[in-house]
Amino acid sequence: MATYTLNINGTKQEVDVDPSTPMLWVLRDHLNLVGTKYGCGIAQCGACTIHLNGTATRACMLTVSSVGDQEITTIEGLSEEGDHPVQKAWLEVDVPQCGYCQAGQIMTASAFLEKNPNPTDEEIEMAMNGNICRCGTYTRIKKAVKLAAKS
Amino acid sequence: MTLVKTKIGRRAFIRNTGLASGGLVIGFSWLASCKMTPEQVNNLPKEWFDLNGFLKVGDNGMVTIMSPNPEIGQNVKTSMPMIVAEELDIAWKDVIVEQAPLNTDIFTRQLAGGSQSIRQGWESLRMAGATAKQMLKEAAAQAWNVSADEITTKDGVLTHEASGKSAGYGEMASAATSIEVPEEVQLKDNGTFSIIGTDKKNVDGPKIVTGKPLFGLDVYKEGMLTAMIVHPPAFGMKYKGMNADEVKSMPGIKDVFHFEVYPEGIEKQWSDQGGIAELVAIVGNSTWECMQAKKALEVDWEQDSTAESTAYHEEELAALLEKPTETPARKDGDVDAAFATAAKIVESTYSAPYLAHNTMEPMNFFAHVTPEKAELLGPIQTPEFTEKTVAARLGMPVEKIDIMMTRMGGGFGRRLYGPFVIEASVISQKVNAPVKLVYSREDDMTQGTYRPSYKVKFKAGLDDKGNLIAWHVRGAGTNDDLIFENRFPAGAVDNYLAEKHSLQTNVTTGAWRAPRSNFIAGAEQAFIDEVAEAAGKDPLDFRLELFDRAINNPVGDPESNDYDPARYAGVLKLVKEKANWGTDTGKARGVAAYYCHNSYVAQVIELEDGGDIPRVDNIWCAVDCGIVINPLAAKNQIEGGMIDGIGHSTYSAMTFKDGKPEQSNFDTYRLIRNSEAPKNIEVHFVDNGIDPTGLGEPSLPPAIAALSNALYKATGRRYYKQPFINDKPPLVG
Repeated sequence: MATYTLNINGTKQEVDVDPSTPMLWVLRDHLNLVGTKYGCGIAQCGACTIHLNGTATRACMLTVSSVGDQEITTIEGLSEEGDHPVQKAWLEVDVPQCGYCQAGQIMTASAFLEKNPNPTDEEIEMAMNGNICRCGTYTRIKKAVKLAAKS
Repeated sequence: MTLVKTKIGRRAFIRNTGLASGGLVIGFSWLASCKMTPEQVNNLPKEWFDLNGFLKVGDNGMVTIMSPNPEIGQNVKTSMPMIVAEELDIAWKDVIVEQAPLNTDIFTRQLAGGSQSIRQGWESLRMAGATAKQMLKEAAAQAWNVSADEITTKDGVLTHEASGKSAGYGEMASAATSIEVPEEVQLKDNGTFSIIGTDKKNVDGPKIVTGKPLFGLDVYKEGMLTAMIVHPPAFGMKYKGMNADEVKSMPGIKDVFHFEVYPEGIEKQWSDQGGIAELVAIVGNSTWECMQAKKALEVDWEQDSTAESTAYHEEELAALLEKPTETPARKDGDVDAAFATAAKIVESTYSAPYLAHNTMEPMNFFAHVTPEKAELLGPIQTPEFTEKTVAARLGMPVEKIDIMMTRMGGGFGRRLYGPFVIEASVISQKVNAPVKLVYSREDDMTQGTYRPSYKVKFKAGLDDKGNLIAWHVRGAGTNDDLIFENRFPAGAVDNYLAEKHSLQTNVTTGAWRAPRSNFIAGAEQAFIDEVAEAAGKDPLDFRLELFDRAINNPVGDPESNDYDPARYAGVLKLVKEKANWGTDTGKARGVAAYYCHNSYVAQVIELEDGGDIPRVDNIWCAVDCGIVINPLAAKNQIEGGMIDGIGHSTYSAMTFKDGKPEQSNFDTYRLIRNSEAPKNIEVHFVDNGIDPTGLGEPSLPPAIAALSNALYKATGRRYYKQPFINDKPPLVG
């Protein structure tokens, strides 16, 4: 076990965990930030996507010991009132079915739009390809990303 | 208006005497603590009045409606309360929705499955709203000394026009609790709805997009331990021994033990299908520590029954297709005689592999078992059945078992089967602590309860005018006999023979979204295309011709046919019009239609050019599911079902080598992704005012055939073997 001071959603948080612990489980089991989801544990599904210094990153493969003082943003910290343009677009289009993958989808989409505010359909699809939606909301996801890009 | 007796779920309408005095009703959902809209928070009533088990009215007119059924993403948590709100005559913005716990005294059929939540809940939900509205009217009538019949309601306001009196529901809520529950209530006429049939956004949407705790895996409680399981690496194995002591001393690990999920003598429910008889449990402080212990644990398993491989399943199923059954499932006329006179005969065999459900949220459940009671919380589609097995397994009366349902990260049939609820309960009882059981993705994907693998052989005979005169289908599946003998084209062809076989295997199987239909529709509707081509007819018109036959001159007793040919033809005609079928768009197109879960769906799929498996460009989909409660969400279900069908038939498979699953995570099990999904989808509903039928499943099955029929047009090759991505022509030269 070791103590780490993490910079999460703009707040310093201290945890005492094994150095090999992935950020996914640090967030969920130790910091009560459960919006970051467990889906596969091997960076294949994207349900655990967070921002590491603004870049979409899979929390299931990111060990706590490798984070240092880098800035982590989770879905809980994406906006204070749930009114980030991507979140608003998701509600407007009524994207979710079961909803389990959607936090990860939103984190991928929001990091992507920061870097590419006017994407083509193809660019959106490639950016979102790492996030599986088992319910098949892909066409609505694409529509919501386009809507968020406009705003 | 329709006058109905308040007979269904009668106990729901008898108020709890402890609350009848108008006392405060405490919200009993743990989710109630989740964030409401700022407007709702500002307007929270000081008192809630319970009018029946489905709803309570606040002193300020806000209404809380309980959503009785489990939410697996089919959106019943929005659509079921919409039906209550419609008959109550309350504005939707004044409604708060809560997930009801399992309560068999109040609710009937608290089950998510078979696309039946809305169809079977339709009457009781309407009655719940209408009954409460009637009681509010009676209360106002007494207060104003007028007849209740003269009082009208709209958006939560009671009005007596003659006297000019009016009051909000909140003002009459307290008095309404003293009104006797009416024996009969008026329901609105179909077609006069103001909430039903309008787009309403998912009530959990704001929580979903902000990552609030909604799902079973999000449950964390004081003193809670985490549990994980280790199951045999292959089917047909039993437990021998393990190095438990070494693992118990690992950091954070509390206990490691072997247990039987279903010891002999435990009465099982149908929901106990699947699962594994005996497991090893690891209990610890955190998920990651349990995962580390899982890696370190060495369990010895020994083969107990045949180690089956995919090659074995395929050979056995193929052999069954050559074997006539002793008693056919259905026989009209004489197919052999008809084939002997046929001008043309078409014959094809189709097959599909096992599939895993792969809900994005793996199986999990929270259990806190004490000698006094068992508190259970998590994602389960069948709480009522599971509760009984939990009681039997723990040796406790069923009254001491409380099950609450969380939102589910997908179901697709997987959470109909609750062995993991039993496992969580047993583990909590053993370690005497609150426990959350968590399956890893690998545990989830390799534990069974799969969609069976299937093979089916069709043979059709045409006369010299291209009329279908004979149809023979023989199907086989693993632990499932596949054929619905009374579905189309039964009733539309003079000589018809349906035969079905089941191959018993030790790889466990279960219902998977649109069971059986998810394969047989794709096969049947692809074969119809082959037959239409042999007949020299347009495939859509050929189908309509068959439905005309079933409408005008059905074969056999029309009651024996499962489908209504006029509604079936109706969706085909609608999709024909919407897709401009018959015009040359220069792109490959396919059509299919299917009936299941009481609903009719027809689709036209159009492909882009190029690629091994060209991508779907456009889909036109026509649906007859009766009254549509919430079109916005209904379209979401239809879109998702088609993408599910296209994705699995194109990319997905579970295969086995010596009993061991060869796929265990999304690196080896391929699911459809964003860039492979259809580009455009249009959904059209038939507006016929008929009571609502299934929606969650019916769009999936025909999509597979609409796709494969379009693939044939694009590539010149029929696709007989799923997943289509592997169905490649042999290399020549």
